[in-house]
Amino acid sequence: MSSILGFENVGKVFPGVRALAGVSFNVDAGEVHGLMGENGAGKSTLLKILGGEYQPDSGRILIDGMAAHFRNAAASINAGVAVIHQELQYVPDLSVAENLLLGRLPGSRGFFSKARATSIARQRLESMGVDLDPAARLRKLSIAQRQMVEICKALMRDARIIALDEPTSSLSHSETEVLFNLVRQLKRDRRALIYISHRMDEIYELCDTCTIFRDGRKILSHPKLKDVPRAKLVSEMVGREITDIYNYEPRALGEVRLSVDRMTGAPLTESASFNVRSGEIVGFFGLVGAGRSELMHLIYGSRRKTRGTVTLDGEAVQIGSARVAIRHGMVLCPEDRKEEGIVSMASVSENINISCRRHSARAGMFLDGKREAETAERFINLLKIKTPSRRQKVRFLSGGNQQKVILARWLAEPDLRVVILDEPTRGIDVGAKHEIYNVIYQLARRGCAIVVISSELPEVLGVSDRVIVMREGRIAGELDRDAASEQVVLSLALPPGRPSENRAA
Amino acid sequence: MEAKKLAPAGAARRAEADINERETRLRWRDQVSEYSLVLIFVVMFLTMSFSVDHFFSVDNMLGLALSISQIGMVACTMMFCLAARDFDLSVGSTIAFAGVVCAMVLNATGSVMLAVTVAVTAGCVIGFVNGAVIAYLRINPLITTLATMEIVRGLGFIVSHGQAVGVSSEGFITLGSLSLFGISLPIWVTLICFVIFGVMLNSTIYGRNTLAIGGNPEASRLAGINVDLTRVIIFLVQGAVTAVAGVILASRITSGQPNAAEGFELNVISACVLGGVSLLGGRATISGVVIGVLIMGTVENVMNLLNIDAFYQYLVRGAILLAAVLLDQFKNRGARD
Repeated sequence: MSSILGFENVGKVFPGVRALAGVSFNVDAGEVHGLMGENGAGKSTLLKILGGEYQPDSGRILIDGMAAHFRNAAASINAGVAVIHQELQYVPDLSVAENLLLGRLPGSRGFFSKARATSIARQRLESMGVDLDPAARLRKLSIAQRQMVEICKALMRDARIIALDEPTSSLSHSETEVLFNLVRQLKRDRRALIYISHRMDEIYELCDTCTIFRDGRKILSHPKLKDVPRAKLVSEMVGREITDIYNYEPRALGEVRLSVDRMTGAPLTESASFNVRSGEIVGFFGLVGAGRSELMHLIYGSRRKTRGTVTLDGEAVQIGSARVAIRHGMVLCPEDRKEEGIVSMASVSENINISCRRHSARAGMFLDGKREAETAERFINLLKIKTPSRRQKVRFLSGGNQQKVILARWLAEPDLRVVILDEPTRGIDVGAKHEIYNVIYQLARRGCAIVVISSELPEVLGVSDRVIVMREGRIAGELDRDAASEQVVLSLALPPGRPSENRAA
Repeated sequence: MEAKKLAPAGAARRAEADINERETRLRWRDQVSEYSLVLIFVVMFLTMSFSVDHFFSVDNMLGLALSISQIGMVACTMMFCLAARDFDLSVGSTIAFAGVVCAMVLNATGSVMLAVTVAVTAGCVIGFVNGAVIAYLRINPLITTLATMEIVRGLGFIVSHGQAVGVSSEGFITLGSLSLFGISLPIWVTLICFVIFGVMLNSTIYGRNTLAIGGNPEASRLAGINVDLTRVIIFLVQGAVTAVAGVILASRITSGQPNAAEGFELNVISACVLGGVSLLGGRATISGVVIGVLIMGTVENVMNLLNIDAFYQYLVRGAILLAAVLLDQFKNRGARD
């Protein structure tokens, strides 16, 4: 019996880069096939070809053994394929129900039946165990909730082949559990599933088989993932050995660099105060929606605060905007790199130099092209950004490499005092994470005060000198590295009354 | 499985060949699309030179240059405006108003210097109001400049009592026909604008910031760019340059006409779009704008030489704009976000 899904020598070329070449593997009914590999290794591209968004430049896709040509997304959907992308594709001003039924809105004689849509949506959401109001407008929902809608939308099409690209990157523990159950259910229903994730725990928990990608090529497939030790998988992905991803080393701490006193503003429920010393890395953990990003935006001046003072190196500062913050040596790497981070149609060099160029400008106005090129090349090498050249448009880079570009932008600033990183390794592979942590340590050794917001518990515990836990809009607790354990941190992060969840992120 | 029928090695080799071919084709496409605009213009120019009488003569070339000088000047600043993801529909009205104000001040005081200064200041004020309302009050640029377009046009009529304001000052009238090396002042001003704004776009922080803002305003703000101030400056400069264009026009037609330059804004925007400036912001080149202006000007020039009915010229302009946008789409196919 033939596999439901097969890839045969699939290849794809973009201007200046071979995203995929000669990729071949199969997925059977009831199989959950994991795809792992570094950023830019080609996994998302493969899924876009499967979903009909891109056409393969070589090779073909086989469905039930027959070659399939998906000219567009509709063709792929009609063939029973559902691809859930990393980048959410929804209509912000329509309701959950309308988004779920996009393209198949119920109604008669051309009139849309809102009541029918809402009830269909509610029914399906309940059967999937998802707690969302079908009438809510997507614009009002959090990123995590939007992602749930995306996932449900694909599942509602009763597809036989389902591919998920980093589905849990924005999900909370409980939502991730819901997703896992959905995946197991689909497996029992004999669908074919492809699962892309950087989180080893998830891959091992859900997948039967696994294919490793590197540089657009398939390295190998493991028919029985259970038998493969993690370290082996990591080294295959990265091409070298990585023993300890976090590589933490204690370092000497200096005076208090950043001091936040009684910061108040929407949506914090209580005023927040904390300190960070020079050379210290403070990790902010909390469930999605706990208010960590919002607190940082209040400090950074991109959100209006009602009260609170920020003190840098003992000097109280008025930070009304990002511009002012940067001039004081405080920088923020935003959570949503696509919306708030990169200028996608500009080059890697432009994105890196966008802020620091003011230091090298001649007569305060004219660009120093040579310096900018040097700066760009320096960071491309330092952070190992995968790009054919510094002139490559950033939108052609993978998510992880885009994140590195944003980091480079801030590393290029001289006189950095405070660095705030909001989910800096989201959607980034193991090898790149390791590199980014090293950069963070370098910054700390230079004397910067560093704040890392992360929803990945092992990461927070692995990298921080101190952990601050937020819950429901306020700081719930502060722990030293030695005192911080999964149990303690989780118990602080979860609202009282909920059973402690033992799953590592 | 059907696939196993082919020797796996053979299939893999064929796949590799497919990929190589695709790479080469993409590289070709990149090269061609980079120079496509210039190519189109050169082809057009050569064709016209050989097929249309009097086209390729010094007189006609100078006339052509003069006819596009007004649109060329304003296209430079409109390029910045569109690049920052903004829009300006008020430039036509500003030209008329500046011309009227200049003529009136000139008649009242006899001083060319004062008249020009007042007119340019008026342009700056209009630009500043546009920029401030858009950046600080956060009103949609299309709506804002639509409103100022009407308001300024109305002011022009009010101030001039609805009639052309004739100018008798010899000094002023010669301004429009001053020439250096046989090239008249308006053409020089336009050329200087191309150079200055080109350099600003490519080599200054202001220019790069403009493109960044158009590409992603939120990311630019978080990266420390003063988005609001930059946008205000863009509109202010546009107001000033547009006023200069209005003054030059008044000098050439020896009067300030309150109904001058109606529909001008759409011509300027068309020229920019023809020149590859994206209406979504973030993408613009000075060479593209120059070519866009040249193409539009040449087409009009040729239509006049061929005595084509003025009404048909509307059709042709619209068709060219559509063709330009289609070409732009084609060039970016598969590469859009």
